[in-house]
This record gives sequence, structure tokens and C-alpha cells, in this order.
Amino acid sequence: MRDTIFELSRALRTKKISSVELCELYLKAIERENPKLNAYVHVFYDSARRDAERADRLIKEGKGGLLTGIPVAVKDNICTEGELTTCCSAILKGYKPPYSATVWERLRAQGAVMLGKTNMDEFAMGSSSESSVYGAPKNPIDATRVTGGSSGGSAAAVCARLAPYALGSDTGGSVRQPAAFCGTVGFKPTYGEVSRYGLIAYASSLDQIGPLTSSVKDAAAVFSAIRGKDERDMTSFDGEKERELDPDVKGLKIGIAEQFFEGLEGGVKACVESAAKRYESAGAELIKVSLPSLGYTLPVYYIIACAEASSNLGRYDGIRYGFRAENYSSVEDMIIKTRTLGFGKEVQRRIMLGTYVLSSGYFDAYYKKACALRERIKSEFSQIFQKCDVLLTPSSPITAFPAGLERLNPAEAYLADIYTVSANAAGLPAISVPCGSDGGLPVGLQIMGERFSDYKVLSAAYFAQVDGICPDYGVKGGVEL
Amino acid sequence: MKYSFVCGIETHVELATATKVFCGCSTAFGGKPNTRCCPVCTGQPGALPVLNKRAVEFAVRAGLALNCKINYLSAFDRKNYSYPDLPKAYQISQYALPLCRDGWLELESGKRIGIERIHLEEDAGKLVHERGSTFIDYNRGGVPLIEIVSKPDLASPDEAREYIEKLQLIMRYTGVSDCKMQEGSMRCDVNISARPEGSELLGTRTEIKNMNSPAFAERAMNFEFGRQCELLERGERVEQATMRYDENTGETTVMRTKEDADDYRYFPEPDIPPVVLEREYVEGLKEGLCELPLAKMRRYIQVLALSEQTARLITKYPKACEFFESALKCGAGAKRCANLITGTVFAFLESEENKEKFSLKFSADEFAELAMLADGGKINDTVARATLQKMLSGGGSAKTYLSGEDMRGVDEGELEEVCRRAVGQNPQAVADYLAGKQKAISALFGYVKRATAGKADIRLAEQIILKIIGEK
Repeated sequence: MRDTIFELSRALRTKKISSVELCELYLKAIERENPKLNAYVHVFYDSARRDAERADRLIKEGKGGLLTGIPVAVKDNICTEGELTTCCSAILKGYKPPYSATVWERLRAQGAVMLGKTNMDEFAMGSSSESSVYGAPKNPIDATRVTGGSSGGSAAAVCARLAPYALGSDTGGSVRQPAAFCGTVGFKPTYGEVSRYGLIAYASSLDQIGPLTSSVKDAAAVFSAIRGKDERDMTSFDGEKERELDPDVKGLKIGIAEQFFEGLEGGVKACVESAAKRYESAGAELIKVSLPSLGYTLPVYYIIACAEASSNLGRYDGIRYGFRAENYSSVEDMIIKTRTLGFGKEVQRRIMLGTYVLSSGYFDAYYKKACALRERIKSEFSQIFQKCDVLLTPSSPITAFPAGLERLNPAEAYLADIYTVSANAAGLPAISVPCGSDGGLPVGLQIMGERFSDYKVLSAAYFAQVDGICPDYGVKGGVEL
Repeated sequence: MKYSFVCGIETHVELATATKVFCGCSTAFGGKPNTRCCPVCTGQPGALPVLNKRAVEFAVRAGLALNCKINYLSAFDRKNYSYPDLPKAYQISQYALPLCRDGWLELESGKRIGIERIHLEEDAGKLVHERGSTFIDYNRGGVPLIEIVSKPDLASPDEAREYIEKLQLIMRYTGVSDCKMQEGSMRCDVNISARPEGSELLGTRTEIKNMNSPAFAERAMNFEFGRQCELLERGERVEQATMRYDENTGETTVMRTKEDADDYRYFPEPDIPPVVLEREYVEGLKEGLCELPLAKMRRYIQVLALSEQTARLITKYPKACEFFESALKCGAGAKRCANLITGTVFAFLESEENKEKFSLKFSADEFAELAMLADGGKINDTVARATLQKMLSGGGSAKTYLSGEDMRGVDEGELEEVCRRAVGQNPQAVADYLAGKQKAISALFGYVKRATAGKADIRLAEQIILKIIGEK
């Protein structure tokens, strides 16, 4: 596991390479590899070069920081002023936002260089990135497999070394699950730690932006650069004070909840259990805990996420921006045609589901009940964190599945998120780090913590990096320095 | 059968904050279309609302002025419906936990009209039909609104009209809103039903949307109540419906019935955390509340001895009251000031708008100086009014318009001289007076006024004349 960001930053500061040269290396690699992988859906040659020139000036003036001059790939649902941001949906075809998301403003202020936008499930709704209007990205480790999703393009770009790091968004596991499928690190911070301003909303109470990186140390560095209270997002907070990662796990109480291992088979189980043993031999204490409501997390997630999505996506009507259908007879007809043609099947399915659960007569039976269960999940987690520091689970019960499965059987693909959604429901920080292989495919280890214990979670994960639990999947073709 | 009128009113009031409720754009009325908007109020993907604290303060002030209980914990919800002027396809409003509840507004009769709730929400944009097309102007989108929901306590169109007028006045006094119904900064939806006299059960109601003046509202209510009574009289049912009032024909017509009512799919707004108000904050706003119109009117009548008519007239305009009270502080007499303001000044300002703005070319101090010259007998009422007229057009202090001659008045010796002449030259009037005709003496006053060019103090002249006649 390599600290790509730190290595590149050193190379830039010691003038081994300039930011412009580094940027060109990545742009060339993208040109060469992306047609095979489809990790990027928009590449910003001009603005990337401008960003790199600016970064070189900052470095020359001695104003550079860790991220100055280092390229980044951004998920296609994070707004960047004047540059395409389309949520991989036909309905936002050609949309160039008039403003930038806070995360991009913060990275840009530190001299980051944006290479382009990465592939994703349409409006982040999916677990394989196959609902993208631009076609699915391919898993760089095995091209017949999916990347996972919805931040599949970001995971693929980092895995294939087409970006040193990437931003994703995680509503039910959309950063951690593709990270697990592509053998990279994916971190979902505490809800509110990172501003959502400029993140195109899927499910507002669950969405959170997080980094996908090649190491835990890199993830912590990106997190530190983008986190903190934002006056433009009322749900954002200043969480725990930033601190150095400490890989010492002696005395760390690690919770193991049986529900996360029930029915788990084969390689995934073996990898996660073996990782747990490594923690134990390093002095951590494994404690048995219980999350009885785990079985409810998927239905709770789908009801709340779809309800919020049905409201969040009402604005795409063809009037103000994006795609507008042709040949309509009235405003209403135009809106219906625009939404019918502009939204893909999965998005339409979730809008309908969400509209249904909020309708009068059904609200109490679905939405209200889901909210009550969400509270129960939160309280079960607080009980768990009275007994232990972090919780250790698999990131997903399965490894990257074959392309096409999600379309054939959406209900089965929903299961890929069963271990990740609870962190979103409860707003907890959670990270996925690679912990082995099953049949040549990466397996992810998930570490969760209580709200605002982000650095504790990162430190616990850093042990896996330092201890060498995380293997190198040896993907070739990208940028090598 | 006789029917009783039952009415409740929902009033939307635009708050007078400088910026919108969820972003920093200006709330000024008008402006070039779509120049007062941003990613937030045009519903750009990814933009988030940030609650304007001033809007919360204004809403709480409105609630306190209407004797409401303030919810220390309140929350926002999304009201989902699709219309081109609503850029997010939902309106951020308050459903389960409004800012204020359970208040009342007092009518002049002393009757209290219950206020069910007041909640804070955002206004929509505006459709503009021009050149055969429809355009959308989002300048108004996101302007803060409060919705004030009354209980069905209004028992006549007359009461309903007074309720609207009083509400308008309270909002203006507290600075919560300018409540210009013509510009749409105050809009009323009235709910009306008819029930057999003496019955406790409420009849089926209809709602008349968007009344834009108290007078039209009264007319619409009269028409709609008559329509409902006729239906019931014929043994037919009133159908629950939303009505439109046509100002030209004076009639109400059905816009839509209950069957096609929207399902707004309310749910908690995930982008705005619940609003928690501190007790101290609310108490502070309560203490800072100004004297309200009805209390002010009663004080003017009872303490300042103004006539009911003058008091009602002046208390319609908070800025006029402010000016009036400043003049009193300088020492001018209340009655004279009130009469000069409601007479000469209002006549000069003419329009409602000007009376509301009450922007004059002289200060309250300068006005008080004029009133005090009259109070002290230095000038009489006629001169005072004429001078005020000049100040209204030209501005400045009274003294710049008053000549030495005007100011000199008539001294007592001189006045006695004039009075003796008056008595001497009007023997018939004097005789009539002595014979018991009290009014006959006014002929002598007329003589004195003419002889002194209106400068004499008539009350003093009366005493002198009576003394002279008594000597005879």
C-alpha cells in the first residue's frame, strides 16, 4: 500500500517533477487507459493544465501544501463551476453549474488539480455504476466484473492509477463498497463533517462526501483538507480536532457484531477473520457485541433514501437547466416527456417508490416507521460504542460481481450494501480498507466508529496499512513514478 | 331558515427582511427579472438553504404581537408540488412544528379572534405572460413569508374585513411587513361556511384565494355567503372547493374541487436542523415590542383626549404616530397636533402610500414649534394652518414663513380699543344679546376678526366685549 499523495507531494517539493508534468502524465494515462475502463466521463484538459500551472506558481512561491499540484478525480455529482457536472444522467446533459461545491473550493484553494469527472450510477442510485448513462466503468482488477458503486469511476481511477486520489459520495456505501470491490481505501466521514454544499442531492440525510485513495494515510490527509463547518451547509459541523494517525492498537477495544458474520461464507469471511486476528495479536481486544436491527437497515435505507430522492429530484423538469424533451403540447406534457426520457429506469423506480411512501395514507406505515427504526439503529450503535472503540465488519458480503447482474436482479444486488448502509442511517464514520483476496478479487474490511470519532477510525485502519494486512493488487497501466 | 356566517382566514405576509429566507439575495420588490437570485433560490442542483435568522426573529415578533405561544422547538418540512414558479418542486415550510401557535387578535369591539398558528416559509417566483409566451421571474422566489391562520371565529364579512385591516396594521407597526396587498406582500385566502342559526355544527367550507384588498375580500365574502345560503335553501349541498373571485363581476367561481386536491407529501426538511429558541431571546423580543395599534388608539382617546375619529385616523399610519408623538415630546399640545396632522398634513399627502411613508420636508421639532406658537396664542389657528401648508410645500421652519406682523399678535390695549368700536358700531346686535339672543354676539366677533386681520385671540376678545357690555 503506497501513500501516493505523500510520495507525489515530496517529488513536487524536491522539484523532481513539476505539477504541469505530473498533470500531463495523468492526462496521457487517461487517454490511453480510459477507453478500456470508462472510469472518467469528462476529462478537463484545459482547466487541469491551468490548475497545474497555478500550482507550480504556488510551489515556486513557497505557498504549497501537501495537496498542491496533485491531481484529483471528482465524482460526477459534485458541482464545479463552469465544468460539466451531470450525475451520469441524461437529464443533466450539458449541465455546467454556476458555482462550485465547498469541497472543490477547499481543494482548489490548496492548489489541487482536477483531471475530470468520474463515472457513477445515475444520481448515485446503484451498487455497480451500471446505471450510468455513459455505460458502466470496468473493474481494473477484472474487466468482466463491476467496479461496485455508485462511486465506481472514482474507485476504478484510483485503482488503475489514473488519479492519485478521488472524491466520491456515500449514501448507503457508495464510497466504501466500490473501494472494497476495486481494492482501494474508501472513507465515509461522520455525517456533517464534510460540507454537502454543491453535492447533487440523492438522499440528503444520508449523503456524505468522502475520499477514495491508495492508502489510509492519504485518506486522512484528504479528509483533513475538506472537512469542517461550512456556513453554506447548516448540517455541517466542526468535529473532533485533527490529529496524527497512530497505528498502535494496543488496548483498542474492537467490537465484533455477530449479525455481520451470519451467513457469511468463503473467502470474505476468512479474510476479515484473519484481519481481526492480526489486530488481536497486536494487542487489541476483540469484544462480542450485537446489532439486532442490522436486518432492518436495508429497508430503512431504501424507504428514507427513496422518499428524500423523490423530493430532491423533482426539480429536474427541463425548465431551468439540463435536458428538455422536444415536441410537447403543454408545460405539463413537456415536464412529463423530459422526465420520462431524461431519467433511467432505476432512478424512475426510486422516485416512484419514494413518492409512494410519502403519500397520504402510506406515510405512517412506511416513512414514519422507517424513521422510528432509524432511531432504534442509532441507539443500538450508541450501546455498542459504550463497550468498544470501533466496530470491525466486512465491507460487503460479496466481492465484485459479474457485470449485468444488477440489471437482472436488482433485489440481489441491493444486498451488496447490507454492511455499509447502517453507518449512513446512524451518521457514523466508516472506512473500507483492502484485507485480502477471494478468487483474485479484493475483499474489504470495514471499520466504524461513533459520531465524530473519524480520526480514531482512521487510526484503527492505519494499523492495517502499517501491519501489511492490505495487499497490493498489482494493477498496471496507470501512472508510475 | 336563517344562516350564520362562519369564516377563518389564512394570511400570507411577506417579511420585511433585507435578504431572502434561505440565501443572501435581496428581497426588494420588482427589479429586472432574474437579477435577484442565486444557485440557492433558483434550485440549482446541490445548493443548500441557510436559514435567515432575521426571518425567524420577524416571525416570532409577529407571533408575540398576536399574543401567540412561541414554540421553543420548531422545525421545517418540505411541501412537495410541481409548478414552474417553484424551482425545487418543493416549498420549504413548517408543518408539524410551526414557530407560533394559539394566539389572538382583538377587534375594536373587544372580541378576540383566535390565531391557530403562524409558520415561516418561502415565496415562489412569478409567471409573466408576455408576447404570447410565459416567462418565469425568480426574483420573488425565496422571499420569506409567514402564514397566519385564524380560527373560524369571524362571524360577519364586516368582522373579517376588520380582522384583515387590523392584521395589516399590526404587521406594519411591528415592522414585520409593509403589507402592501397590491404588490402582493399580503395575500388572504378566506374560508367561508354557512350554518343554520343556533347550530353548533360547521357547514362545508369553500376557500376564496388571493384576496388583494380588505374591501374586495368583504365583497367576495358577502357574495359567497349568499351563494351558499341559496344552495342550502334549495336543499342542495355546498361542495368543498377552492374559489376564485372576479373583481369585475363581483362573483366567485369554482377553481377546483376537493377531488383534485394535491397531496403535498410533507416530510421533515433534511437540510435544516430543528430551530431551537432560547427563552431569553423570546423574552427580549417581547420586551422590545412596540405599542400596538388598538392600544395606541385607546390611549389617544383616553389619555390624550383625541376624538375617536381623529385617533382612528392617525393610528392607521405608524409613521404619522411616531411623528405625532415626537412633537408631543417637544411640548406641543396633543389635540392641536393631531388635528393639524389628520387635517392639513393628510390632505397634502393625499395618497395612502404617501400617508404610510409620511416623508415630510420638515422635522417633528419644526412642526412642534409651529404648534406651540398656536398653543401660546402667538398665532391663531388660521395662520397656523396656512403656515403649515407653506412648510409642506417648501420645507423648513415655521419662522421662515411668519412675518413680524403675523407673529406680533394684538396686544390687550389695542384689542380693547377694537372691541369698544365693535360694541359702538353694532348697537342692534348688542341689544339683541341683552334681550337674550346669545348668538347675536358673534357679529361682534366677526368685526374684531376683520379689524385685526384674524390675528386677535377671540377668546380674550369675548371676555373684553362681555365686560364692555356689562359696563353699560
